[in-house]
Amino acid sequence: MGSITFIEHDGAEHAVEIETGKSLMQIAMDNGVPGIDADCGGEAACGTCHVIVDGNWISATGKAGDEELQMLDMTPDRAPTSRLACQIIATDAMDGLVARLPEFQM
Amino acid sequence: MNFVNLVAEKGAAFIPVPMQIKAAHFVYKAKTRLGIYKEFPEFVEAPIPDVSTLAIEDIDVSNPFLYRQDRWESYFKRLRDECPVHYQKNSAFGPFWSVTRYDDILFVDKNHKLFSSEPFIVIGQAPDELAVEMFIAMDPPKHDIQRAAVQGAVAPKNLKEMEGLIRERTRDVLDKLPLNRPFNWVEEVSIELTSRMLATLLDFPYENRRKLVYWSDLAGGGTESTGGLNDSDELFRGMVDMSRHFSRLWYDKKARAAAGEEAGFDLITLLQSNDETKDLINRPLEFLGNLALLIVGGNDTTRNSMTGGVFALNRFPDEFTKLKNDPSLITNMVSEIIRWQTPLAHMRRVATQDVELNGQTIKKGDKVVMWYASGNRDERAIDQPEKFIIDRKNARNHLSFGFGVHRCMGNRLAELQLRILWEELLARFDRIEVIGDPEYVQSNFVRGYSKMIVKLTAKPSEA
Repeated sequence: MGSITFIEHDGAEHAVEIETGKSLMQIAMDNGVPGIDADCGGEAACGTCHVIVDGNWISATGKAGDEELQMLDMTPDRAPTSRLACQIIATDAMDGLVARLPEFQM
Repeated sequence: MNFVNLVAEKGAAFIPVPMQIKAAHFVYKAKTRLGIYKEFPEFVEAPIPDVSTLAIEDIDVSNPFLYRQDRWESYFKRLRDECPVHYQKNSAFGPFWSVTRYDDILFVDKNHKLFSSEPFIVIGQAPDELAVEMFIAMDPPKHDIQRAAVQGAVAPKNLKEMEGLIRERTRDVLDKLPLNRPFNWVEEVSIELTSRMLATLLDFPYENRRKLVYWSDLAGGGTESTGGLNDSDELFRGMVDMSRHFSRLWYDKKARAAAGEEAGFDLITLLQSNDETKDLINRPLEFLGNLALLIVGGNDTTRNSMTGGVFALNRFPDEFTKLKNDPSLITNMVSEIIRWQTPLAHMRRVATQDVELNGQTIKKGDKVVMWYASGNRDERAIDQPEKFIIDRKNARNHLSFGFGVHRCMGNRLAELQLRILWEELLARFDRIEVIGDPEYVQSNFVRGYSKMIVKLTAKPSEA
């Protein structure tokens, strides 16, 4: 069993167990990680599960798709490795991944 | 570009905006007199029949009295259950599709390439001469550019700076309210607080703030656009006045900036400091449209949620007890208020190609209306949707802000204003009692209250 670490804007870390096949948004919500709202429930339609994937982990998660980019473009905190957590499906290859949360969700 | 358009565009840069609106009004009146335009008939209120007595094709949810007569829930429930994607071919606003279930609404809202937001996002239309352009009724990429220019004003970071100011103003309004004596909550609290907020956002002269409310009510309340009370002449006159004030504000801000005044975080300043929008005033229909959008967006919506929350807690008194016992529920309750009220009933799209949706074929060019008010009562997506439950699980998953690229830009500001209002109300009042029935706005778009009488009882002193 691997784990993923979400780091809040204030530095608080939340290491959670990977559940393969679930989205990172769902895993964060199930584990009560604060800082993710998930208003649309996982449809890439609200932009409130924005995370910034740390360093080279973007190769494991892949880059944002077109639909996702459209929502991310509206976020002022957008970074080059920004993703919507609902669009990243967890795999065992993500063991050790770090995802940073922006100060605010839009 | 043909010669006439070229001249018109050049001219637009030199003729003041209010004059242009006046000229447009003149053309409009002439065309109406010549019979080129048909006058849009006034709506006359008649009792709305029980939905079970109607054939499905006769159901017309564009009736602007549906909410006032408390028929909207049964009408939409029948559509959701029997004909979730429904065609009404004879409405006063022309033929239109109604999309009534949560999942289908999400589909339409997300797929902006299949469903265009142009030229209008309400069920009806504005007179041609007043076809102002606003980014809510534009598709990407133009939409994205204009939205990005103003988004910063209501972005969470800016709001953090504004929280203290909003709280101070809320306290000021609440401290002046009468105790143990009935008064009109809509006028004294909801309208007053939202007009103060709008004046702050626009850096608009504070003493004239009620003008913002008037213009916004005009822009959102046209007979031809939403079944409201305002006729086109009134609309034109209001828009001339609005364009005069906003033009003055624009040039005044520009002069102050040129004189070295520190830039504020108001919307006009943001527009002027963005390359894409710094010359917006030279595009009068866009200039007016986007400012109208910003005041409409922050007016009816928050105002009616401020009233709706009080009304909901009176209809569900156990929830008020729950709230008093645990004020930490306020944040969740705010989302539940916004769902329960759904201050804007719908958004309209136009199909850009033939689309299959829930068994129906929507043809290219057809008008498609997403009824958020119905989706927020969809039993398939929301447990006991007719109930107001302040600690509802997943309360944030409502449709009131819309989804996709047009998702409400001011959502965080709205939540902040409502949260502060409830924190300050709970600190002061033991009872917030609604007396009699509220009065409702005539509209198929705004689900609003024109009057609601409330009596307040102070909290017993702690000593």
